[in-house]
Amino acid sequence: MKDKGKIIVGLVIFVAVFTFPFWYNHGAATQAPEPELTEKAKKADKCVEETAYMRKEHMQILDEWRDTVVRDGKRLYVNASGKEYMASLSNTCIDCHSNKEKFCDKCHDYASVDPYCWDCHTYPEEKE
Amino acid sequence: MNVSYLYSLLAVIVLGLIAYAGAVVGLEALFGIVIPYLAVLVFFVGFVNKVLDWAKAPVPFRITTTCGQQKTLDWIKPSPIDNPTTTVGVIIRMLLEILLFRSLFRNTRVEFKGEKISYKWVLWLWLFAIMFHYSFFVVVIRHLRFFVEPVPFFISALETVDGMLQIGLPGLFISGATLLGGATLLLLRRILLPKINYISRAADYFPLFLIIGIALTGILMRYFIKVDVVKVKELTMGLASFHPGIPEDGVSALFYVHLFFVSLLVAYIPFSKLMHMGGIFLSPTRNLANNNRMKRHINPWNPKVKIHTYEEYEEDFREKMKEADIPVEKE
Amino acid sequence: MEELPKPDEMYESIDHTPPEEEWEKIESPIKRGRYAYPAKDKNLAIMEFPTPGEWSPADEEWPLPDNWQQIIHEGFKERLEKYRSLKIFMDTCVRCGACADKCHYFIGTGDPKNMPVVRAELLRSIYRNDFTTAGKILGKIAGGRKLTKEVIKEWFAYFYQCSECRRCSVFCPYGIDTAEVTMMGRELLNLLGLNINWIMEPVANCFRTGNHLGIQPHAFKEMVEFFCDDIEEITGLKLNPSFNRKGAEILFITPSGDYFADPGTYTFMGYLMLFEALGLDYTLSTYASEGGNFGLFTSSDAMKKLNSKMYAEAKRLGVKWILGGECGHMWRVINQYMDTMNGPADFLEVPKSPITGTVFDNAKSTKMVHITEFTADLIRHNKLKLDPSRNDKFKVTYHDSCNPARAMGLLEEPRYVIKNVCNYFYEMPENTIREKTFCCGSGSGLNTEEVMDLRLRGGLPRANAVKHVHDKYGVNMLACICAIDRAAFPPLMEYWVPEVGTTGIHELVANALIMDGEKERTTDLRFESLKEEEDEADEG
Repeated sequence: MKDKGKIIVGLVIFVAVFTFPFWYNHGAATQAPEPELTEKAKKADKCVEETAYMRKEHMQILDEWRDTVVRDGKRLYVNASGKEYMASLSNTCIDCHSNKEKFCDKCHDYASVDPYCWDCHTYPEEKE
Repeated sequence: MNVSYLYSLLAVIVLGLIAYAGAVVGLEALFGIVIPYLAVLVFFVGFVNKVLDWAKAPVPFRITTTCGQQKTLDWIKPSPIDNPTTTVGVIIRMLLEILLFRSLFRNTRVEFKGEKISYKWVLWLWLFAIMFHYSFFVVVIRHLRFFVEPVPFFISALETVDGMLQIGLPGLFISGATLLGGATLLLLRRILLPKINYISRAADYFPLFLIIGIALTGILMRYFIKVDVVKVKELTMGLASFHPGIPEDGVSALFYVHLFFVSLLVAYIPFSKLMHMGGIFLSPTRNLANNNRMKRHINPWNPKVKIHTYEEYEEDFREKMKEADIPVEKE
Repeated sequence: MEELPKPDEMYESIDHTPPEEEWEKIESPIKRGRYAYPAKDKNLAIMEFPTPGEWSPADEEWPLPDNWQQIIHEGFKERLEKYRSLKIFMDTCVRCGACADKCHYFIGTGDPKNMPVVRAELLRSIYRNDFTTAGKILGKIAGGRKLTKEVIKEWFAYFYQCSECRRCSVFCPYGIDTAEVTMMGRELLNLLGLNINWIMEPVANCFRTGNHLGIQPHAFKEMVEFFCDDIEEITGLKLNPSFNRKGAEILFITPSGDYFADPGTYTFMGYLMLFEALGLDYTLSTYASEGGNFGLFTSSDAMKKLNSKMYAEAKRLGVKWILGGECGHMWRVINQYMDTMNGPADFLEVPKSPITGTVFDNAKSTKMVHITEFTADLIRHNKLKLDPSRNDKFKVTYHDSCNPARAMGLLEEPRYVIKNVCNYFYEMPENTIREKTFCCGSGSGLNTEEVMDLRLRGGLPRANAVKHVHDKYGVNMLACICAIDRAAFPPLMEYWVPEVGTTGIHELVANALIMDGEKERTTDLRFESLKEEEDEADEG
């Protein structure tokens, strides 16, 4: 019957669409990105908080910093172990992580995250 | 009151705990690799099998449900979509049904008001259903970012739109909230409306709780008990590229609960009412044109039946017919 | 017949609150006033169905053959293989509940098993248990249920509380059609010889005599001649319709209800007068003397057997095409089954109105035209002389019959005709007409006295809508295009809205129709004065 043909076509389309991830990647193994640290960052050894914490929560810290700095005018950040930092993306973060492309973008691109930091901030010329 | 939903809730909680415990005691490979692969396999084999099984049965009659004026005389305006006579009409009717839930949009509620029975147009069910299904759709598309590398434009564009409210960080995805909201509303409907409660069974509550579980664990991981997204993608990319592996750390047990729920849902589809996603395409009252009198529909098993022929009839009544001056074949 | 409660008592007693118990646990489905008498062996035998002997649905033990479970299982399997509709409707329901309050029997009885979703679950639960992986493994959790004698009783009770009207199907997001489910359920019951006599007797009659009522050829002719006498008295014109005449251009077929009982008979007189006024070259058949088809309510084979006569007779008489009268389920069969079952009708021509020259392309394969399509075309082309004021005592509303509305889409033609032959026409509320129309409560073979309780309850939504226009506009006449309606509405109206009468559309047409050479009319087709005042004086 001719409608069976249509159903088969429908099924083929269904399978093709639903298996998108499998064929889109051509079965190629991809390496999870490893953000590169600048010399300065390596020397500092530790960011404002523990690395594991930073990996999950850095956006939260930046969000808090923005609010405390812009709304309350407070520039002081005290981390979990009592160490003080200046709450500033441009002066504190980028001071070490001055390699956006090899640091920030690596994971953000991989995870398809498009932070709106740079809607307001400009990133200085990359230097390394 | 029918409280059978409690069993389904309990089942989902227990299943969640199993996955949680599994991840804690080091069965990450089972819950992160083996079960997801099995689930996907079951989904495709089961789904295709079910549809082929449907396809195997013929459509002996063209039993369109007509919801508008037929096409007859030139000067009477037909209803080319609700009562289609052409393939184009049928396609539009099906698209309206599949994409906009046309029939649910007609829904009414009966009310006895004094002496009068009224049938009020009610859109709640339609609204909840649209909200739920479209949220689900967007959430699924968004999740493709974990399964493809590089992430194509349409996915990031969808994320931008979905996150346009820019509330909080990580930014709120509207679809996540509406998925949870829609599923919850559909659930509350089943629990609170007496008639709907009466017809609801475990098989109705289970997938709802499962989906609520999926949405909740997902929302928790994104906004509250965060996971390392890069590690998660390392795992999911491993699955998608057939190079499975479990990342060393950064992926919490919560993630395995989420993944287990998704696996269960996917594997559950072919054996449950969730097959409506395929069935809707094949419903003969909707996907056939009402052109029966214009074009003959063929029944492949059209049986030979014993009929009472005119000759037999005349045998029975010939004398009476002759007496009444009704013409006969054999005098 | 049992004593019926007063209308307001019945109305007040309707309660839609679901019972405490799950429907699976509610036993003893057989209730007085809700079941019809079983089919008699002699009728079953004619149609070659099993004959269980004398029994009553009220009996504790039903006369099932020893292997009844096997019969049902195999019958079910066979139908799953033959009908994709059945498979889809068994698998895709999500129990969203959109259909729940769309069924007139649920609205009128409040019985949860009359919700279309539950009616279908009666069958679906067995399907899951016997034919699905999930049901076989998980049983009750997956919504499965063992096939017991209680289930058979339940099927009998509730598949004969469904009039196959398809209203639920309009609202279902997957188009699940309970009529299809009920038809399958009834077919399965037939395998055990369980049917109702109100269906089986017409089927057997129709098979042998050509019509449901078992009217023999000479009697049919006498009845029609009797109508002609009445017409002569009213109009002064002598009509002389032909029977089984070879070489006529058109074969006219209408349900036997139209020549058997009032008020259908007036509609039949209407057809005769219209054809006379047109000088139409048509003939009636005594062999194909039934438009309706109770086979539709029995099994697809029975439907085919009865329907076969239309084409066979058209072929034998050598007519060019077939014109069909006002009937509901008849048109479901003609529109959706006839050509497939008994076609192709390649011995007929594409219907063409000999009066207007209009070619009915919409019926180019089936070659059968609905009388309101035919008449609407005549009126559009000014071929009828009409005096609508002769219907001025009628304030008319129109009831869309289920099948022409939802299995065909015949919505505007009858309205166009009514508006041209009546000056006072009022629509019932929007959600009770057209594709959302309500059944008369007696469709699909449930038009029998012993289920009067069910019929009055099932007819309540329709009656209540009539009452609305009666109170608001003074509507006193309910027009319809269905012979079952014409039989079902008089008692229904008498119960719920006593001041409203029932008429077919062609009765109204003939009242308004000015025929060449007719004398001045003083009465309508019912021998009642054309003016309202005198009626009231008579009653006074």
